[in-house]
Amino acid sequence: MKPRYSVFSLARNAMNYHKDWERAWRSPAPKEEYDAVIVGAGGHGLATAYYLAKNHKMTNIAVVEKGWLGGGNTGRNTTIIRSNYLQDPSIAIYELARSLYEDLSQDLNYNVMFSPRGVLMLCQTQHEFRAFQRTAHANRLAGLDCRMVTPQEVKEIVPIINDDPNCRYPILGAYYQPRGGTGRHDAVAWGYARGADAMGVDIIQNCEVTGIERDGGKVVGLETTRGVIKTKKIGVVTAGHVSTIMDMAGVRMPIESQCLQALVSEPIKPVIDCVVMANTVHGYMSQSDKGELVIGGGTDPYKNYSQRGSFPALEHTVAALVETFPIISRLRMLRLWGGIVDMTGDRSPIISKTPVEGLYVNCGWGTGGFKAIPGSGWVFADTIANDRPHPIAEPFGLNRFQEGRLIDESVAAAVAH
Amino acid sequence: MLVVKCPVCGAEGDETDFHAGGQAHVRRPATTDPAHVTDEEQRDYLFIRINPKGLHFERWRCDRGCGKWFHAARDTVTMEFKAFYGITELPPMDVIAQAKGQWAEYFEHRLKSEHKA
Repeated sequence: MKPRYSVFSLARNAMNYHKDWERAWRSPAPKEEYDAVIVGAGGHGLATAYYLAKNHKMTNIAVVEKGWLGGGNTGRNTTIIRSNYLQDPSIAIYELARSLYEDLSQDLNYNVMFSPRGVLMLCQTQHEFRAFQRTAHANRLAGLDCRMVTPQEVKEIVPIINDDPNCRYPILGAYYQPRGGTGRHDAVAWGYARGADAMGVDIIQNCEVTGIERDGGKVVGLETTRGVIKTKKIGVVTAGHVSTIMDMAGVRMPIESQCLQALVSEPIKPVIDCVVMANTVHGYMSQSDKGELVIGGGTDPYKNYSQRGSFPALEHTVAALVETFPIISRLRMLRLWGGIVDMTGDRSPIISKTPVEGLYVNCGWGTGGFKAIPGSGWVFADTIANDRPHPIAEPFGLNRFQEGRLIDESVAAAVAH
Repeated sequence: MLVVKCPVCGAEGDETDFHAGGQAHVRRPATTDPAHVTDEEQRDYLFIRINPKGLHFERWRCDRGCGKWFHAARDTVTMEFKAFYGITELPPMDVIAQAKGQWAEYFEHRLKSEHKA
């Protein structure tokens, strides 16, 4: 059992000049065989492994990762957490995730810095105002703590916002989820990794999957750059690279991989204490605890695996936010990066069994996966352990695309992608 | 920034002068045989996409030039365009030869069926 992080362990380690801290997780060599293998050590993959071990007592499992854990989209997003989606299946899974975030730090004994600072989604056209009203009614029926706020309240919550009624897109109101907010993205990956590792899960980094071995429509193992690993259950959680992995098992996916960029400004004193999303003009912004403004926008319009995005897409985002927050116009931007997001046709995720026995897939989170990590891991672990979709995961099956049972969130996403 | 060249009017410009139109060579099954379209075929047409890490074939529109749709072959890792070709055409044979996986299968099938016809 790992020693718990606490104020006492901090004091104890201070005596030794912090030289004796244990590694947060091991770096084991792959065993010959596991009960289940998760491909992809991002937030969703690690959460899946954690809940497989914790809720379903499956500890003889591994997570394989071609790079380093949390190095993909988990470390590249803008860390926004909210659950005010339009459709019932979406509300169920995102609210499960959001509520798990509430006490995740205590559960993992790792500070994920969940900060329910409030998420404000601006209404800048009449159409958008009515669309959010509709979402507000749907959310109220589902019991979510959300409400519409007036332009005056918006100005009170975010004093730096441009409230000029004569600008191109005036603020007509906003949709507010006070218990939404942000978290520390790396800490979520690290916390789940440490928690899973403590229960005996092997996290194998620098181990790229090169093939999926099958025997008569059943999964029997994985070929990797560190040798063959035998297993009867494989959970693929590789976001932008999901088509590449599923292709190895002959399963074609309704996914397109695109680049989504984010950037941070130089650190400044606190100016904004909630998350603001401006759908019509295409941008969202919050301020990190370090003082940097964290900014994101829409995806590039074409396929991209390079993790470097298009400059016009970025310019569009920044222009939108300068219009919304004129005081940021002279800030310098410090860092810029891109992540490869897995977009589905209805902008909802896929959590599903596949036509190949023992092969499970969790993907399609597109531009909004971070907020869903705990809930996604929870229901995907249950799906793998019991070989049937968890009730919350069921509507997100692959079969919805041929049955026409889409979960359309393309208009409810905070930013139209 | 991508630099795109329209094979119809010859205009060259950056990606904002053009419109990316998604995967190329997607055929609507109901166009040729509306009475016998299965749910699987309709799903493949609407949602299933070839999503390669490497050479890809896609549609673009010459937004601020002649307004015509055309095809392009592009690498999704290096972002380099390999060819621009007409909306009714297949890519140049040397580019087809570089296609891998599902695209290679597609072109093999397509060339065979056109040969028969």
